[in-house]
Amino acid sequence: MSAPATRQSLPIASDLGKNIDYELFMDCVHCGLCLGSCPTYVETGNENDSPRGRIYLWRAIADGRAPFSPEAEKHMNGCLECMACETACPSGVQYRHVIHSFKNDQARTRGPAPMLGWLQRAMLFGLTPHRSRMAWALFPVKLMQRIGLGWAVRLSGYLMPGFLRRMQEIVPDLAPYHNLPEFLPAIGPKRATVGLLLGCAADAFHPQINLATARVLQHNGCDVHIPRSQACCGALHKHAGLDDDAARLAAGNCDSFAAVPGGLAGLDAIISNAGGCSPVLKDYGHILEGHDAAGPGAVFGGKVRDIHEFLAELGPVKPRHKVALKATYHDACGLAHAQKIRSAPRQVLAMVDGLSLAPLAENEHCCGAAGSYNITQPEMSAALGQRKSGNIAATGASAALTGNVGCLLQIDRHMRDRSPRVWVGHPVQILDAAYTGEKPFGLDVAIS
Amino acid sequence: MTVAAVEPSVVENLVRRLAGIVGADGLINSQAELLVYECDGYTLEKNRPDVVVFPTATEQVVEIVKLCREMRVPFLPRGSGTSLAGGCLPVGGGVIISLARMKRILEVDLRNRCALVEAGVINMWLTNRIKSEGWHYAPDPSSQGACTIGGNVATNSGGPHTLKYGVTVNHVMGVEIVMPDGAVQTLGGPVEDGPGLDLTGVVVGSEGTFGVVTKAWVRLVRNPESVRTLLGVFESVDDATAAISAIIGAGIVPAALEMLDSLILKAVEEAFSFGFPLDAGAVLIMEVDGLDAGLDEEAARIEKLAKANRAREVRRANTEAERLLLWKCRKQAFGAVGRLAPSYCTQDGVVPRTALPEMLRSITAIGERHKLRIANVFHAGDGNLHPILLFDERDPDQLRRVMEASHEILDECLRLGGSVTGEHGIGVEKIDFMSKLFSPDDLAAMRRVRQAFNPDGLCSPDKMLPTAGACAEAGRHKQVKPGRRAAL
Repeated sequence: MSAPATRQSLPIASDLGKNIDYELFMDCVHCGLCLGSCPTYVETGNENDSPRGRIYLWRAIADGRAPFSPEAEKHMNGCLECMACETACPSGVQYRHVIHSFKNDQARTRGPAPMLGWLQRAMLFGLTPHRSRMAWALFPVKLMQRIGLGWAVRLSGYLMPGFLRRMQEIVPDLAPYHNLPEFLPAIGPKRATVGLLLGCAADAFHPQINLATARVLQHNGCDVHIPRSQACCGALHKHAGLDDDAARLAAGNCDSFAAVPGGLAGLDAIISNAGGCSPVLKDYGHILEGHDAAGPGAVFGGKVRDIHEFLAELGPVKPRHKVALKATYHDACGLAHAQKIRSAPRQVLAMVDGLSLAPLAENEHCCGAAGSYNITQPEMSAALGQRKSGNIAATGASAALTGNVGCLLQIDRHMRDRSPRVWVGHPVQILDAAYTGEKPFGLDVAIS
Repeated sequence: MTVAAVEPSVVENLVRRLAGIVGADGLINSQAELLVYECDGYTLEKNRPDVVVFPTATEQVVEIVKLCREMRVPFLPRGSGTSLAGGCLPVGGGVIISLARMKRILEVDLRNRCALVEAGVINMWLTNRIKSEGWHYAPDPSSQGACTIGGNVATNSGGPHTLKYGVTVNHVMGVEIVMPDGAVQTLGGPVEDGPGLDLTGVVVGSEGTFGVVTKAWVRLVRNPESVRTLLGVFESVDDATAAISAIIGAGIVPAALEMLDSLILKAVEEAFSFGFPLDAGAVLIMEVDGLDAGLDEEAARIEKLAKANRAREVRRANTEAERLLLWKCRKQAFGAVGRLAPSYCTQDGVVPRTALPEMLRSITAIGERHKLRIANVFHAGDGNLHPILLFDERDPDQLRRVMEASHEILDECLRLGGSVTGEHGIGVEKIDFMSKLFSPDDLAAMRRVRQAFNPDGLCSPDKMLPTAGACAEAGRHKQVKPGRRAAL
C-alpha cells in the first residue's frame, strides 16, 4: 500500500479533472456517511478506497494539490461504481459524474483499463461486447459440456495464466442457444408493444434468460420486437471512459429499434433484463448529446424499462403454475442504487405461488461483478464474491435470484465453491416457469 | 501541550518501524493517500498526518503506541472520521491509528443482553446482526450507518432515541483501552455494576485523549413490543416548544421528540413529499414505545397535551411505511437543506428544555439582526438544538455574518444555562468555548484527570481541553469560513 518515495508519478496532464462542473466536487461536505455503504471501504478500511476519499483525491488532483500517482490511480480504479454511496449520501452528491470524470481522463491520457495486458484488453473490448463472437468463443466449452467433459474444461483452467483462468471460471453451465425470432406475438389480449434488448455477453452465457423474458412479456399481453441488428448497450465502454464508443453503440441501437415495424414511436417500452445495462440505456439522451442521433437517443432512453419495473407498471398477469422453491434475492446495484428499483422485483415474484423469499443479509452490498471489475480487479472482486456467497449460503435458500446477468455469473461462480447445490438465476426464469410450467434450465424444482 | 511538526528524518524511521509491526500494506504514507485524512466531517481546519496505520489487533496497537512514545511522535485514534468537531484532526501531524480494520463483533450474548465488539465496528452493523432476533443497540446517531462504536465511545454519542434510552455512556459496560504508555487496561466488563471507581464512565466522552479504546462491551436492548408515532402540527415554534415542556412535565418519556420548523419543512417536503402542511410554523415528531397495552392511552395523552398547547392537528403514522418515511424525513433533513441555499453551517447547542422557547426566539432575533435565514431541526426532547445557518459561501460578507451569528447562538446557549455541544463533542472546533463553559479550577481538575491517563500528552494532543495558560487566547484555531456540514 505504501510506495517507496522514489516511485515516479504518472504523466501529469494539467487538465485532469477539468471535465466536470466543479460544483459537483463541492456538493461533498466530507461527512463520511457513505463509508459504511462502500463495499471496497468495508473490505480495506482505507478511506482512499471510500467515496469520500475518492472524491477528495480526484478533486485534489484537479486542483493540482496532489499528483496523479500510481497510488491515486489504484484507489480510483478500485471503485466498483455500484453507487451505494449515492443511496447513502444525505447531500445528494452525484458521485457517478466524479468517477466518470476520472475514467474519462484516464482513458484519454493512459488508455482504457490500463491495468490490463494487451490480450486482456483485446478480449474485454473486442470479444465481450459482441454477441456472436462470444457465442463462437464459448462454442468449444459448450461442446465439451454437452459430451460430458465439462470437468476437463474446468481442469484445463489450471494450466492457463491467471486472467484466462478467471475468465474461464466464470463460464456457467451453458444452455442450448435460442435464436429468438425478430417478433413474438402477445398471448391473450394485447396490452402493449415492446422492444427487447438482448445484451451482449449475457446472451452468449445465458440465452435462456432472454427467452424467459420474451415469454414472460408475451404472457403479459405484449407484442415483442427483437431486432437482430441490436448490439451491446455501451455500458462497458462508458464505464471505461470510452464515451465515443459508447455513443457509437447507442446510435446503432437507436437505428435498430427505429427499424422495427412502427418504429420507435410505435414501441410502448424497450425492455432490458440486465440491471447493469439499463441505467446506461436510460441515459442515451445524454450519451448522444451533440450527436446526430441525439433526438432518437432521448426518445429511446425515455422508453427503456427494466423488466420488473415494466411489469409492475403494467400490472402483471397472475401466473398459473406453482413453483415450490425457497429462494433469496440479491439487489443488483444497477437496479437498487442506480435506478432505485427495489420493490418491483419482489412484487412480481410475490405473485408466484409456492415461492418464498428468505431475507438476505447485506442484500444491497455489491457482489463484486460490477461490469468488467472481475477482470480488472480480480482480488477485490473475489473477496466481495466470497462475502456474497457466504451471506447467500447462510439463508438456507436453494436458489439465489438477481436481476442482472453480470451478478448472476459472479454469484454462480462463487456459489460453486461455497455451496454448489444452490441454483443461481434471474427472477424472470421463475416467472417464466410459473407461466409456462417448464422447469428453468439447471433447476430441479417441483412445478404444479 | 502544543505539538510541533514531526521531523522528516524521524518520519522515515517511524514508517520503517511501523511497517515492521503491521506489514507494508498496513500503513499509508504517500502524500496523495494521506490527503483524505487531513480532516474529518469538520473541514475548516486541516492538517495532514505523517502516517496512517491500520492495526488488526490490540497487540499491534500496543506496539504502535509504544513506538510513538519512544520516538516522541503524537498519535490519535480514528474510526470512520465522521466527527463534526475535528475530533480526528491530527494536530501536529504524527500517526493516525485507524481502527477501521478492527471490525469484528466478537461475542453476542442475548441472554446477558450484551455484546463484545472491536472499536471499528460500525454502529449499524451491530443492530443489523441482532435485529432478526428482535434486539438492537440503542444509541442511534443519524450517522449510524458509518460511525464506529469506538467513535461513539469517544464522543459519548446521542441520537433521536436517546431521550428515553440514554446516550452511549448508558450502554457501554466496559472497554479495553491501550493506555498512552502501551499498557492494556480492561475497565468494567460484561458484568453489571462492578465495585470501585467507574473508570469506564470516565473514558466514555474523553474524545480519544485518554488512550486508544480497542474493544467495548455494550448493552443490547430488546425491541419495544409496539410503537406509536404522532405528528403534531403547530402554528408557531413557540407553541411547539411549549408542548414539548408540557409533555415531559407530565411525566411522559417519549422514545423520541423531534422538532422541525417551517423552513426545514419546506425543504423536506420538496425532497420526500411526505405531505407536511407547508403553512405550519413547526411540527413535532412524537414517538412513544413499549408494551402495546397502555400505549394508545399514552399517545392520546400526548395528543391532548399538544392540542392544549394550540396544536392545529395531530396526525398518526398509520403504517410502518408511513413511520419510516417520517423518520427518513427527519434523519435526512440536513441533506435536503441543499435545496434552500448553496451553503449551510450547522450548530450544536444545548439549553434546558424549559428555556427552548426563549432560545428559539433568540435564534430568530440573531438571524434577523445578521440578515440570515436560520432553519431549525433538532432533538427537542433533550433541549439539543441544531440551528442551520443558510448562506452562500461565495459572498464574504455573508460568511462573516454566519460566523458572528454562530458564536452569538452558542453564547446565548451558555447564558441560558446550557452548553455548546450536545453530541458532536468539543474536538478542536469548540475548544475556545471551554474557558467560557468552565472555571479555571474546573479546567485544571480536568487536566489533572487527563494527565493521570495521558501524562506526556502525546495521545490526541490539543483536543477538548485548552492548553493551560492559553485559555483566554481567543481564536487560536482561526476559523476562516463556516463549513457546509451535514450535521446529525
